[in-house]
Amino acid sequence: MVTFPGSLDDADAARAVRIAGGEAVRLWHADADLHEVDAVILPGGFSYGDYLRCGAIARFSPVLTELIPAARDGLPVLGICNGFQILCEAHLLPGALTRNAGLRFIDRAVRVRIEDTKTPWTGDYAPDQEITLVLKSGEGAYVADPPALSRLTSAGQVVARYVGGNPNGSVGDIAGVRNEAGNVVGLMPHPEHAIDALTGPGTGGLGFFSSVLRAMVDG
Amino acid sequence: MGRVVVDVMPKPEILDPQGSAVAGALARLGFTEFASARQGKRFELVVEGAVTDDLLARAREAAETLLSNPVIEDVVQVRAAD
Repeated sequence: MVTFPGSLDDADAARAVRIAGGEAVRLWHADADLHEVDAVILPGGFSYGDYLRCGAIARFSPVLTELIPAARDGLPVLGICNGFQILCEAHLLPGALTRNAGLRFIDRAVRVRIEDTKTPWTGDYAPDQEITLVLKSGEGAYVADPPALSRLTSAGQVVARYVGGNPNGSVGDIAGVRNEAGNVVGLMPHPEHAIDALTGPGTGGLGFFSSVLRAMVDG
Repeated sequence: MGRVVVDVMPKPEILDPQGSAVAGALARLGFTEFASARQGKRFELVVEGAVTDDLLARAREAAETLLSNPVIEDVVQVRAAD
């Protein structure tokens, strides 16, 4: 997982990877080197203080100059919250994340439905499985113009949708999307905050980390 | 010393909750003349020397690459400041 100035949840993502049985490798934003990792997580937080736009400055980090071609080449990448924002700014994912519709920062458990279980990040879920994750964001409203939204939907690129209510005004209740190839996934709510009963609302998020490990071992 | 001013606004079709909040606050303060508001950004780029057409073109490139996100924003103006 990459640490940018202002990243918050890199350590939690590392913990989730370890609990899932993987080896967590910490990457530094200024180091243009992926150190031969098998997958990359861009964590949540406030890289560069959300200055200019969330993820707009992180998107030009040295580590991204290595990550972008690797992602286009099939490396599994998961962007969580601020990481999702960075992936959209880097054009590795379509659309953009904007200010929550009610302007409030939302910090609560949310229910999401996993609609694409064929990505390396979601293979351990059953189709349309509902899980509880933690939403923790001020700019989580996903937007895409009607042609892009139509393409996303018909191509099955919506990975997760909010159920039981739309917390932030995301178009189509979208909580997560993937790129066309399926190796790059962006997710607004935090799976790494739902990996053990002590520290979160259940273990529904663990599947993201176990799935990618299984994909790497099997693939 | 020259200055280039860049104005960025959210695209018209994008929901602008900040603009709505501003409009609501204006109305509560008695500025009832204004039906709505939208909030954008103004950047001032400082250069040594005069602002040439080449420089304005570079500023526009910077505006489209970094200062704005073309998915949700329009660069509405790039001009030399007086």
